[in-house]
Amino acid sequence: MTTHLSRRNILAGALGLGVMITTAACGGDSDSGSDTAGAGYTEPSADLKAKLTYGVWDQTQVDAIQKNIDAFNQKYPGIEVAISVTPFAQYWTKLQTQASSDTLPDLFWMNGPNFQLYAGGQKIDPITGPVKAGAIDPANYPEALTSLYSLEGVQYGVPKDMDTIGVWINTEIFKKAKVDVPTADWTWDDFQTAATAISTALKSDGIYGGAGGMDGQTTYYNTIFEAGGSVVADGKSGYNSPQSQAGLQFWTDLIASGGSPTIAQLTDTTADQWFTSGKLGMYWGGSWFRAALAGTDLEKSIQALPLPKGAQQATVIHGVANMVAANSQNKQAAHALQAYLVSQEAQQALGEAGSVIPAFTGTQAAFTKSMPDANLQVFLDAVQYAKPLPVSANTAAWNAFETKLLPDAFSGSTPVANVSADLASQMDAALAKE
Amino acid sequence: MSSVTSPPRGAAPATTARKRGLRRDGFWPWLFVAPLVGGVAVFFLWPIVQTAWFSLTEFGVFGGTTFTGLDNYQALFQNGDLYKSIGNTLIYTVITLFNVPIAVVVASLLNTPGLRGAAVYRVLYFLPYVAMPTAVAMVWRIIFNGDFGVLNYVLGWFGIDGPYWISTPGAAIVAVSIVGLWSLIGFSVIVLGAGLKQIPPDLYEAAELDGASRLRQFRSITVPLLTPSIAFLSIVSVIQGFQMFDLLYAVLGTTNMNPTVFDSMSIVYLFYQAGFVTNEKGMAAAIAMVVLVLVALATVVQFRLQKKWVHLD
Repeated sequence: MTTHLSRRNILAGALGLGVMITTAACGGDSDSGSDTAGAGYTEPSADLKAKLTYGVWDQTQVDAIQKNIDAFNQKYPGIEVAISVTPFAQYWTKLQTQASSDTLPDLFWMNGPNFQLYAGGQKIDPITGPVKAGAIDPANYPEALTSLYSLEGVQYGVPKDMDTIGVWINTEIFKKAKVDVPTADWTWDDFQTAATAISTALKSDGIYGGAGGMDGQTTYYNTIFEAGGSVVADGKSGYNSPQSQAGLQFWTDLIASGGSPTIAQLTDTTADQWFTSGKLGMYWGGSWFRAALAGTDLEKSIQALPLPKGAQQATVIHGVANMVAANSQNKQAAHALQAYLVSQEAQQALGEAGSVIPAFTGTQAAFTKSMPDANLQVFLDAVQYAKPLPVSANTAAWNAFETKLLPDAFSGSTPVANVSADLASQMDAALAKE
Repeated sequence: MSSVTSPPRGAAPATTARKRGLRRDGFWPWLFVAPLVGGVAVFFLWPIVQTAWFSLTEFGVFGGTTFTGLDNYQALFQNGDLYKSIGNTLIYTVITLFNVPIAVVVASLLNTPGLRGAAVYRVLYFLPYVAMPTAVAMVWRIIFNGDFGVLNYVLGWFGIDGPYWISTPGAAIVAVSIVGLWSLIGFSVIVLGAGLKQIPPDLYEAAELDGASRLRQFRSITVPLLTPSIAFLSIVSVIQGFQMFDLLYAVLGTTNMNPTVFDSMSIVYLFYQAGFVTNEKGMAAAIAMVVLVLVALATVVQFRLQKKWVHLD
């Protein structure tokens, strides 16, 4: 028989498993050493030669980015830029490995939840130099967003795009359920009433009025802010306050009333899928959701509303920023590209290409025109009362506690107050370790 | 080796040749295995040592270690997540192990003399094994969908109200295990098919003459003579079971999307969560060491047991 393996082979295989796991755990050595570089930036001369890599995660934006780079190359023909796309799900794992081994792309996308980890670990070159040289002016971008990318008074980047949250309405479903489409000055009560009315009227079709979900950015962070609570403030969890609890209770009540599918249903089929398949009347979603609706049968019956008002009006704002790697071999060229991509000219072009709202104030009109009947202006108006996405140095650590604990509160199996107290204490322990 | 480098003066030619042969035996084998030994040392042994060291430290997100002694292990063993994930890994391993008996039956049916289209069946059984786990998982994710999935739709015909498979704690790990079981059968069928070809046909002829039924032949000839293949498959299945990550990750998603993952984590998923999501790399190294010990233990136990039930002649 050929299939009988020797003991040695099997043991080697067993060790191999350990190794497969362990090699993943052993990344590079200690830090690359911080310098105050970036402070000495001067705009490069037009004949600068360099090869840059640019790490991004969204394939749908590559065409627009390539157009930006082509325009940049008219000014700097000697700077070659290679775009490398990694899907979001793997982007952070890869970036972490690259950062550990000091092989980060020269320029790469960064988001709020991960920013402090990399800035604090001295992996990002500040934009102090480009700002001093007048290549970037942070005042041109929403303040809530630029503050997201500064750490201990040092600015590391400015956003290239931005997003706020609103309610996407399927007017067709309202018509079918014989419920009036709410007005822009609606409140939490109006939302609840409309949601239950639709769910009740269209129960036999499996259509729901509203939907919660486990994504804080589009759901419970907003209601927490609207109730006057906070998620993280001064290095402490904000969950254990009556205001934050009221923000969570909003979703518990919505699910209990039948106005929303249950958390289990929303895990199987996410709220945006319910909406795009015509089974949901009102979806709390980001401005980026426009791309998913454009060109579908739904498009003609879509309308956007600002979030219903709680104790105050609020929404979460977030945006992606370009960062220069601290150990880049071509920092000057990388900063030049970074500055170009957020310039008015490049931002205007980005907006016209669609899919995202450029962050440069005054270049966003193209976005609202991309779906003229849907009143997308709502998302731009929201900037005035927007609050930055809650983050800390190791955001992922307490994000995990949120997904672990909050479902019990939303499903009603444990009182919101108990869950938020538990969550706050676990989150404080994680924050203390940062 | 220096003692054989200079042959004694005036020695017989035959002796010289033999001595040269000895010299070759001493040197060349080592040269030939050097790449392997080097590879094992660099890619297997050194990482194990390194991981063992990292597990005793607090490992910074981008490197930089602080020695913390057994703190990671203490935190790990006090944390219920470890036991839950070991439990889930065992559930998965045990369920997927059933692929072996199923494959024995399937393989012997495929081996029926005169069966038409056996090759087609073999391909059909083998396809899931070579398909990308992510692609397999995507399809099953749709099948398992509680509201719109095929599985619950079919169960509905029989008046059964199916659960939300991938978002119900308890159900989720079983659902993923069934996918694992399903995708392993093909591999086992191929291995067992090769084993079946080695069984001399005259054994069956003799049994037939003695009036043994097909079932009796299966029990008394096929299964005992397949035991070496079965042993191999069960060891490989157990090792794969302990490694399970990709299916779970692809079917259930990340902890940000699906709270059920916390209840359905395998031990390698726990490692991934600590190492790459919550950035506790020292803790992740400790989990990796636990996996190493568990796999080694399971394999040693299987080898011990194997002596009792595997027929080699």
